[in-house]
Amino acid sequence: MWRTSISWRPTGINARHRGFEMTWEIVIGLEVHAQLSTNSKIFCGASTAFGAEPNTQADAVSLALPGVLPVLNKGAVERAIKFGLATGAHIAPKSVFARKNYFYPDLPKGYQISQMDLPVVGKGTLTIQVPAVGKLPAYEKVVGLTRAHLEEDAGKSLHEDFHGMTGIDLNRAGTPLLEIVSEPDMRSAAEAIAYAKTLHTLVQWIGICDGNMQEGSFRCDVNVSVRKPGAPFGTRREIKNLNSFKFMQQAIDYEVQWQIDTLENGGKIQQATVLFNPDTGETRTMRTKEDAHDYRYFPDPDLLPLEISEAWKNEIRATMPELPQTKQQRYVAEMGLSAYDASLLTSSKAMADFFEAAATGADAKQCANWIIGEVSAQLNRDSLDIDKCPISPQQLNGMLKRIADGTISNSGAKEVFRTMWAEGGEADAIIEAKGLKQVSDTGALEKIVDEIIAANADKVAEYRSGKDKLFGFFVGLAMKASKGKANPAQMNDILKKKLLE
Amino acid sequence: MSLTSDDVKKVARLARLAMTETEIQAAHAQMTGIFGLIEDMQAINTDGIEPMSHAQDLAQRLREDAVTETDQRELFQSVAPQVEKGLYLVPQVIE
Repeated sequence: MWRTSISWRPTGINARHRGFEMTWEIVIGLEVHAQLSTNSKIFCGASTAFGAEPNTQADAVSLALPGVLPVLNKGAVERAIKFGLATGAHIAPKSVFARKNYFYPDLPKGYQISQMDLPVVGKGTLTIQVPAVGKLPAYEKVVGLTRAHLEEDAGKSLHEDFHGMTGIDLNRAGTPLLEIVSEPDMRSAAEAIAYAKTLHTLVQWIGICDGNMQEGSFRCDVNVSVRKPGAPFGTRREIKNLNSFKFMQQAIDYEVQWQIDTLENGGKIQQATVLFNPDTGETRTMRTKEDAHDYRYFPDPDLLPLEISEAWKNEIRATMPELPQTKQQRYVAEMGLSAYDASLLTSSKAMADFFEAAATGADAKQCANWIIGEVSAQLNRDSLDIDKCPISPQQLNGMLKRIADGTISNSGAKEVFRTMWAEGGEADAIIEAKGLKQVSDTGALEKIVDEIIAANADKVAEYRSGKDKLFGFFVGLAMKASKGKANPAQMNDILKKKLLE
Repeated sequence: MSLTSDDVKKVARLARLAMTETEIQAAHAQMTGIFGLIEDMQAINTDGIEPMSHAQDLAQRLREDAVTETDQRELFQSVAPQVEKGLYLVPQVIE
């Protein structure tokens, strides 16, 4: 029955769970808190800079001193609008801030200002490229976005022992967040991670979030449930605050396995919030539905409705860069790249800029192969990001042109690449200095072939009597005789022709 | 809908209000009155009327994204009951 479900893809779970393989469908939805890259907080003029001394950026509003009032930051709203535009979402002409009430020392007002019934961004979509798993090819999927709303962050509680007390740092209190909620559209950990990565790329691409996961600028809550294909959604458990894609994978794998085991053993899933422990690789229950908070949302009387005009939206639209999704489509349609390769090349703006500069006037497909292959592998080995690549796009472009015009072979190009990486220099100079120019002179190649045929009369006879496999032997000899510089395609043609004469 | 004194106790607990039995009874009476008022209002036909989120018919004014506040930690912490290493100290919360 599951076979009819086109969205089904295996995960690591099935391999470890042969007995029940493919009888459960995984359902995942994400809530992501993206910290908006404003200079000041969402409702006051205190700085949002990371890493300041405790409470030096906690002004009267952040501390909720009596008599203070919130004033909304235009920069935070602009960033929310950018996100809405980038995801083809409905941007509410009128949205409302609400108070989410709960008591905790790092929330001095006793409520968080958030949005409930009327969020600034409504339904949108995000197209993701899910990488190949085993023999299953990569594929594209459109994930629904439920909403995205503006809210303020809370402060930090430091539970180290201060004489049995807790230390409170309110620097982070009031930092603007965009909470982005997806539909429960994902059907595997791979899809969930592809979604999170695509979103992570997008928010940095459009310049609304610095994407720094270590500093908590991009935090993911993952809702996981399992069901028999075709059945209604199962009860979900929410894994809170995942701040790396690796942990997300581990947490989902563990959680799915746990839920399947529980159900297979006749148990029931209780709705709950759980935390992932990276040291043990396990999830554990933080609170269940029974002791869930009752937030008593209501519209914040301190804030008027937020109005966003068409004119303002259009003004912002005019400043938006070409989006990764649009670039991907262009790379596929105009350059003939695969959708998955196009998604790799748009994994960051720096990567796309590098590719486009390197591909100018060169074979785009070949350029893509070099960047996804050699360049990325070498960057990985040296733990570098593309913007720190020792080879400039112009250098790579120079090399690609020499491959295209037949000056160097692929193996020659690898030598040029290694030299450029280690020592710098332009392709032409390296080709010259190392004598890598391939021999395409027909006369010279024919001479080499004639000599080989003359020196190996016995093998030539065997070949001519039907031992086709010997062709490789001749190619090897010919390449050796040319010191690896022969143009391989041309050499093959000449060999074939002469051997049959 | 009728309000029970358990509802009042729950709301009081959520609002972290310590109330005596007498206070709860008084609040119960007052809140029942408010509920009555709401019931009367709910009898009014509001079809096609946009729900109001604020008593004033105005839009939110926005502020430019600029840092305008300076560090006044010393001043603010001078009135705090307990501080250490720049942190406000509060009774430990174990969730």
